[in-house]
Amino acid sequence: MRRTHDMGGEPAGEIDLKNHTLAPWEKATWAMRQVLGGKDHRILGVDELRRAIEDLPEADYRRLGYFDRWVRAVRAILVEKGVLGADEIEARMAALREARRQARAAKPAAKRAGG
Amino acid sequence: MAEERGTHQQGHGHDHAHDHDRTFQPDVEDFEPSESELMAIAMRELLIEKGVLTGDEIRAALEALDAIEPSLGGRIVARAWTDPEFKKRLLANGTAAVREFGVDMGDAELIVVENTPDRHNLIVCTLCSCYPRQVLGLPPDWYKSRAYRSRAVVEPRAVLREFGTELADRVAVRVHDSTADARYLVLPMRPAGTEGWSEARLAGLVSRDSLVGVTLPKMPAGR
Repeated sequence: MRRTHDMGGEPAGEIDLKNHTLAPWEKATWAMRQVLGGKDHRILGVDELRRAIEDLPEADYRRLGYFDRWVRAVRAILVEKGVLGADEIEARMAALREARRQARAAKPAAKRAGG
Repeated sequence: MAEERGTHQQGHGHDHAHDHDRTFQPDVEDFEPSESELMAIAMRELLIEKGVLTGDEIRAALEALDAIEPSLGGRIVARAWTDPEFKKRLLANGTAAVREFGVDMGDAELIVVENTPDRHNLIVCTLCSCYPRQVLGLPPDWYKSRAYRSRAVVEPRAVLREFGTELADRVAVRVHDSTADARYLVLPMRPAGTEGWSEARLAGLVSRDSLVGVTLPKMPAGR
């Protein structure tokens, strides 16, 4: 069966020529993959990354942005290889989310609303 | 995300002494971070804490990416237009030839395909987003889009028209589907009316898009 990523020749709409500037986290994701796949590490090659992207659930593949797929694929490979634990990534994400929430709450409302 | 930040900055009426242009991520805590952003930051932190990689390595990778000059592809093409021996080397073994410009293709092979009066070349990666980034930097959004990946291989002329490129019917269009190991670069035709031009001046006619094959080099003014 043909898989989601294998889309050559499928009908599709007009090409959107707008380009967005990469967000810092998108660049960081690219750079992490670059370093992990480099000759000093050889932990995460481009073919491994692509395999993990292709393994994403079809709904995720279609819904997610380009680097949103990448970051999930990087996580999958790092967990698969035992470099990082799924639990510790989850725990760190929760801690970061909470730190951000507190930082937002600590800001005077006027600054957030007005500018 | 850029829009959110733009909105925020419009009325940035507080009184303090930091320079927002120099801030890495101005007041990012004002916004709910996305799952992807949290995931990226969490993994980067953990990888550094565990000594798997260093922050310096990540910075060096980003600096190398930013150091790719937008003019690099144009300089390579202009050299091929003015130096027949270099052109031969470039078409015979792109990977080795671009090393003369300091470009290291890493594990990938660079295949340079030449446009002729009878044949136009177009590059795509239907399966993902393979691209000669060592020469051109990271690919633009449209190159990674479902529409481009799906359609380039079956209706390249319609795709080209969306980029404003109209080819005569007698010109064959050859589409090259890239992989991680084999990455393509188009060598466009030298525009007429540029006889005697210097390499530097010629390089100015070559855009990134013309090296992917979705457009043609600019014609000299007045033609």
